[in-house]
Amino acid sequence: MALLSGKTKEALLGPLNKNNPVIVQVLGICSALAVTSKLEPAIVMAIAVTVVTALGNVVISLLRKTIPNRIRIIVQLVVVAALVTIVSEVLKAYAYDVNKQLSVYVGLIVTNCILMGRLEAFALGNGPWASFLDGIGNGIGYGWILVAVGFVREIFGSGTLFGHEVIPQSFYNMGYENNGFMMLAPMALILVAIIIWIHRTKNKELQEEA
Amino acid sequence: MDAINLIIRSIFVDNMIFAYFLGMCSFLAVSKDVKTALGLGVAVTFVLVLTLPINYLLENYMLKDGALAWLGPQFADVDLSVFSLLVFIAVVASFTQLVEMVVERFSPALYNSLGIFLPLIAVNCAILGGSLFMQQREFANIGMATAYAFGSGIGWLLAIVGMAAIREKLEYSNVPKPLKGLGITFIITALMAIGFMSFSGINI
Repeated sequence: MALLSGKTKEALLGPLNKNNPVIVQVLGICSALAVTSKLEPAIVMAIAVTVVTALGNVVISLLRKTIPNRIRIIVQLVVVAALVTIVSEVLKAYAYDVNKQLSVYVGLIVTNCILMGRLEAFALGNGPWASFLDGIGNGIGYGWILVAVGFVREIFGSGTLFGHEVIPQSFYNMGYENNGFMMLAPMALILVAIIIWIHRTKNKELQEEA
Repeated sequence: MDAINLIIRSIFVDNMIFAYFLGMCSFLAVSKDVKTALGLGVAVTFVLVLTLPINYLLENYMLKDGALAWLGPQFADVDLSVFSLLVFIAVVASFTQLVEMVVERFSPALYNSLGIFLPLIAVNCAILGGSLFMQQREFANIGMATAYAFGSGIGWLLAIVGMAAIREKLEYSNVPKPLKGLGITFIITALMAIGFMSFSGINI
């Protein structure tokens, strides 16, 4: 495809693996851990972050030549806060239950480091189309970690997926128990650590010396 | 007494990092040695204690449903809570800037030790999170809101200093290569969070 050549392709696909925002750039951990006890809020959160990152990147990229350097953080925060307010109102209107579960974490997308990180590192120096792809890529890179963690936590923690029973009753009759520990917050950290472990075993160049 | 209870609870039970994962980014990035961790912790507590009462006043006299009633009866059913995010983040960002300038002017020594971390605080989830939790919990008065801010800040400080102390010792241990750095830090945070869970249910 002509639209996706070289640099723009890298901007879209890099964040999925080698340059993943969560496990490599260490951005946006707060929400990645807090909303993953069930699959549904994890997916909604992933979509919300992708939308906000992509649109925020485009807006800042269009404004990049007019923003004075000294106050750029405030400008970025205001743009992002406006976008997040829109997303949060949309969620309230069409997915009220999920919005309740996500509670303050929707608002906290504003301070999600992925946004500020991508705005600072990419949108301020690149055109709108590349920035849009970069935002989508980083959103999806963040999203798949959330979905992976949410999947494992929901299936082992409550034996369901999207609220439907998936572990057959005969398993419970044989003595299988849901692992309540999976529902607790620290398990999210350990699961992300396991993802990091696997990822860095495959990508040796990412291993740290310290 | 309520205030003391709230402070103790927000330090140990509702700890910003171990219970809500707020401020994880800087928690992971700046917990490499105890001294800088302590500096950042103090700065976060400071900004929290300053911004949360201001946001509390804004929430109760400007943003909440019916909060504008003091302007006159025709404003009694105005609900501006849609804008709370924008207002809160603007307060936090401008206050961080203000604190940075004041500290630079009056205490260059403190500025030099905190310098680089101050601008980062504007995007620390713990600060905005504190304001959003304040909005959700509807504290009775501004004193309780300040107590909550203080407790949360101290809890954050405790967590990052503890983490930094462990990471300093970690340099001498033999961690599997792919887990070095980020991975093991996650696992230690998880273990610390499990430890903090034993505080749950404390009431004074």
